[in-house]
Amino acid sequence: MPERLIELKNIAKSYGRVFAVGGVNFHVDRGEVVGLIGDNGAGKSTLIKMLAGAIAPTSGEIIVRGQAVTGWNAARSRDAGIETVFQDRALAVQQTIVRNIFMGRELTGWFGLLDQRKERSEAERLMREIGFTSKVFSPDSIVGQLSGGERQGVALARAIYNKADLIVMDEPTTALSLTETEKVFRFVRAVRASGRSVLFIGHNIHHVFDIAERFVVMDRGTVALQAVKEQIGTAERLISYMEKLAHPQGTASYDSDQSISGSRA
Amino acid sequence: MSLSLEPAAERAPKVVRHSDGAMRKFLNVNRASIGTLAVFVVMIAIFAAANPTVFLHWPIYSSVLVTLPVALCLVVPLVFIVTVGEIDLSFPATMGFSAWIFALVVQAGYSPFLGIAGAVVTGMALGYAVGALVVLAGLSSLIATLGMNYMLRGLILIVTQGKSIALLQLQDTTAATLLSTDLFGVPVQVFWALAFVVFAGVLFNHHRFGARVKAAGDNPDSASQMGINVNNVRIATYVFMGVGAALAGVLSTMVNFTWWPTTGDGYLLPAIASVFVGGTPTWGGVGTVAGGAIGALIVSFIQSGIVAAGLSGFYVQFFNGLIIILSLIGHRWNQRRFR
Repeated sequence: MPERLIELKNIAKSYGRVFAVGGVNFHVDRGEVVGLIGDNGAGKSTLIKMLAGAIAPTSGEIIVRGQAVTGWNAARSRDAGIETVFQDRALAVQQTIVRNIFMGRELTGWFGLLDQRKERSEAERLMREIGFTSKVFSPDSIVGQLSGGERQGVALARAIYNKADLIVMDEPTTALSLTETEKVFRFVRAVRASGRSVLFIGHNIHHVFDIAERFVVMDRGTVALQAVKEQIGTAERLISYMEKLAHPQGTASYDSDQSISGSRA
Repeated sequence: MSLSLEPAAERAPKVVRHSDGAMRKFLNVNRASIGTLAVFVVMIAIFAAANPTVFLHWPIYSSVLVTLPVALCLVVPLVFIVTVGEIDLSFPATMGFSAWIFALVVQAGYSPFLGIAGAVVTGMALGYAVGALVVLAGLSSLIATLGMNYMLRGLILIVTQGKSIALLQLQDTTAATLLSTDLFGVPVQVFWALAFVVFAGVLFNHHRFGARVKAAGDNPDSASQMGINVNNVRIATYVFMGVGAALAGVLSTMVNFTWWPTTGDGYLLPAIASVFVGGTPTWGGVGTVAGGAIGALIVSFIQSGIVAAGLSGFYVQFFNGLIIILSLIGHRWNQRRFR
C-alpha cells in the first residue's frame, strides 16, 4: 500500500454560518494523480487553500505522513512538501523570474544575504527542464513581460524546485491554448513518473479524466463521490454523474442506470 | 528526472527580448537612479551657468553637505516603506523623540554612545508601534502615521514645555570628533550617512529582507501564499524607518550640540519628495535606494542653489515644485508598470 502523504479528517471551513466546506475526508497517496472536480462554489478552492495553508480550517484534522499537525500555515505546508500552483499563479509581476521562483524560499548565505549566483543557475536549470529557452528569456526577465503560458511555466518551475511530494494545481489549463495545455499535461505525467503526486483541479472533465487516475467530486461543500478510473469507466459517465448532481430532478435525458460504484464520504 | 515540456522545434527563440551586454543590463536595472542622476547633473549645470563664481567653488557644496546626511538617513528607509506599499508621515516626530532620548542621556552625564544606543532603541520601538498600529489594526498608513506624528510631537512639547536642551558638554568629546568635524573639507557626517546608504542598498538589493519587501509590495496575496509573513515584513520596514529617524536625530543634534523640541519637523515633505524624485514609484513592489539618495541630494540642493544662483528666496518653493514635477514626468516615461 502506498504511503499516505496527506490526509484531511472531517475538515470544515465556515464563514459565519455559511459552510464553504463542511466535514470533508480527503487524502492523497504517494505517486498518484488525483482529479478534484465540482461545480463553482462546490468548495474545491477552499479545500486546496486549506491544503496550502493559505486559510485555516474551522475544524478538523490535518495529518501529514501519519503525523497530526498543528499551527498549519503556508510556510508549514511548503515545508511539508506541498507546492501549490494557484489559479492566479501567485506571481509578483514586477519581479524577475528568479525572484518569483525563490519567493519565500530565498537561497541565502551569510547573514541572510542572497546567494544570487546559485539562485540564477538553479533558475536556469529549472527553466530548461520546463522548456524555456535561455535565448528568449533570462532568469532576470521581469515576469510582467511574459505571456500567460510562460507565466504558468514560472509557477510550475517554482513548484518543482523543492522536490515537493505533492503538487496541487488549481485549474492549470484554464485560459491556456491547446499547445500550452498539452505542456501542462506533459508536466503532470513527468511529475507522476518521478514518483510524486499531483492534485489536479479542473472544470474541463475531459482534461481531468485524461490526466487523473482517481477522482474526488465535490458538491456544495461535501465530497459527493470518490472513485478510481476503472469504477467510472468513461469521461461521459463522469459528466452525466456531474449533470445529475447539478439537476437531481433530471430534466435532461440521461440514462438513469448510469450509477457509479464509488464511495461517498 | 526529465521535465522537458517542449519538442525541440518549439525551443528555437521566437523574439530576442533582452541583450546579454553587461553595460546594457546595468543601465536597464538602474535606469531610475541613472535618470535621477541625470536630473541632478542638469540642475547643477543650470545653476553653474547662472552663477559660475559660486558654483565652481567648494563652499556652496560644503554648506549643502551639512543637512544632506540627515536627509539621507530619512529618505533611504522611506524607500523600503514605499516599496512595501505603505507610507510613513510619523518619522519627523520619531526623529525628534529619539534625539530627545539621546539628549537626555547625555544631559544626565552618560556616554554619548550610550545616548546613540538609546536613541536607536527608541526609534525602533516607536517604529514598531507605528507599524503595528498600521498593519495589525488595519489602518490607512497615510492617516494613522499622520496622527502618530502629531501625537508624538505633542507628547514632546507637553513634557518639555517647548524648551530646548543645550549639550555643550559634547564639545571636544570622542563622539564630537567622530560625528561633528570635517574630513578633507567634508563634514564627517556625510561619510556616516553614506555608509548607512550602502548598508541599506545591500539590504534592499542583496538580502532576503529586501527581496521580501519587494515581493510583499508587489503582490501581498502571492507573497503570503508563498509562506512570507507579509504583516511582519511591513512592520519591519517601519522599524527600519525608526532606526533611520534615530540616526538622523542624533546627527542633526550633533551639528549644533543642541536638541530642539521641533527637531525633525522640517524634513517631512522634503524627505517624501526625495523618495519619488529618486524614481521609486508610488504603487509598491519596486524602488531604488541609490535613486532615493540622489533624490535627497537634489532636494537638498534646490534651496541653496536657487539663492546662490542669484534669485531671491521667494523663488525657492516654485523651483522646488517644478523640479519635483519634472522628475516625476521623467520617471513616468522611464518606468513601465507591469500587471
